[in-house]
Amino acid sequence: MVERKIRVLVGKPGLDGHDRGAKIVASVLRDHGMEVIYTGLHKTPEMIAEIAVQEDVDVVGLSILSGAHMELFPRVRKALEERGLGQVLLVGGGIIPKDDMRELEREGFAKLFGPGTKTDDIANYITDEMSRRWAKEGADV
Amino acid sequence: MTPAASLAEKLLAGERSAVPRLISWAENADERFPAALARIFGRVGGAWRTGVTGPPGVGKSTLVNELARLFRERERTVGILAVDPSSPFTGGALLGDRIRMEERTLDAGVFIRSMASRGSHGGLALAAVDACDVMDAFGFDEVVVETVGVGQAEYDVVSAADTVLVVLCPGAGDSIQAMKAGLLEVADVLVVNKSDVSGADRLVTDLEEAVHIRTAGRTEWTTPVVACSAGTGKGVEGVVEAIETHRGFLAGDRKERLRAEKRILQVRRKVSERLSEAVWGSLGYLRTVETLLRNGATPYDVAARVMTTISAKLVDENPPSTDPGAGRP
Ligand SMILES: Nc1nc2c(ncn2[C@@H]2O[C@H](COP(=O)(O)OP(=O)(O)OP(=O)(O)O)[C@@H](O)[C@H]2O)c(=O)[nH]1
Ligand SMILES: [Mg+2]
Repeated sequence: MVERKIRVLVGKPGLDGHDRGAKIVASVLRDHGMEVIYTGLHKTPEMIAEIAVQEDVDVVGLSILSGAHMELFPRVRKALEERGLGQVLLVGGGIIPKDDMRELEREGFAKLFGPGTKTDDIANYITDEMSRRWAKEGADV
Repeated sequence: MTPAASLAEKLLAGERSAVPRLISWAENADERFPAALARIFGRVGGAWRTGVTGPPGVGKSTLVNELARLFRERERTVGILAVDPSSPFTGGALLGDRIRMEERTLDAGVFIRSMASRGSHGGLALAAVDACDVMDAFGFDEVVVETVGVGQAEYDVVSAADTVLVVLCPGAGDSIQAMKAGLLEVADVLVVNKSDVSGADRLVTDLEEAVHIRTAGRTEWTTPVVACSAGTGKGVEGVVEAIETHRGFLAGDRKERLRAEKRILQVRRKVSERLSEAVWGSLGYLRTVETLLRNGATPYDVAARVMTTISAKLVDENPPSTDPGAGRP
């Protein structure tokens, strides 16, 4: 049997020019056995959502360092919903204050990872969450 | 309606979101896929399939992006499948081909899907052909598949295409290496990319000579060598023209014959995959093999024992029916 793989899109919305963090996360997720589509810098929310559709990903992870997360993260979530991808596991990371994290989690983000998060923790969170979801899916069928 | 039927109907009705989901089913060997394919298979065959392969980093993705741009100028829609290798150690993959195609992201006439090779025997080729069938049935005029030309599995993928482009560039091997790697054999068109870099002219001459030596009047199709710079777009028109010429060459009987042969190959792969799944999976021969080997039997003896048992199981079976609907659930 073919083992189902977790497909993750790692995206950088907005204008900030630093993608070292996003690249590190992408390669750690790969090392945890995931299939990672890395979009590169400067993606609009619409582009990220469109790529998520074409790639049929299970997870969308966003990274922002510029401080524009409260503007851009919800726009990505909305663009995903408009394309029928409201159910993807949506996570985000970057320099995000605690209050903003809580607000984004109320707005449909599953989890936000602040500065200093261990990359392995991100990978483990995604793996656990996806196995939980797939187990539930299997039980529903 | 079953989930397979309703997804297939969506695809036939032109709903684009059905394309990625069906490709996922194919890729995960989802048990719903065969029934969905049966419903859309009548619409497969309209697309022209171009395979693009070559050593790592020669500019395949950049070229595919340029080809897509030119196809769009000709008002043709394009479905792209970009295969990147999975890590043999962790099973994960970093799929980065589409970064080179980002200008095409929001074009409704272009669909791009990344696929990891997943390192399974023949599994990649099967999933890739299925993905192409899905894009074809949806109605894309052009279907383009990119794989790194590194191994048999990747060759299997591109050789399922109608026209195979082998891309090389200065500094990524000479014609002898291309011959050794079998790249010349799979090529319908040889592309020397990065013509802006020195050494491109020599590589072109070198390859033309190699093609001449290999084929010299023995085939009806002489593989052309086309130079371009996908980075700047210069000369890519020539690659499109070479594809068109090959398409013209195959038109009619040749194409039908070629496609039929490829379908037979696909079925053979499917059967091999099923057989090996059965032998090593459900029939549980692995334990027997381990025991026999531990008791000192040679690998030949053990293989012979396995074959004897399988043949005994097969003898009772009737030959397959030629009714196209038979065996369908
Ligand atoms: N000088 C020059 N560089 C090019 C050209 N085409 C592509 N490149 C560069 O070559 C590098 C690799 O390009 P890709 O298109 O990713 O190559 P690829 O063959 O798809 O690579 P893999 O999929 O990793 O095997 C990039 O840095 C491109 O910018 C070209 O025509 N000239
Ligand atoms: Mg590539």
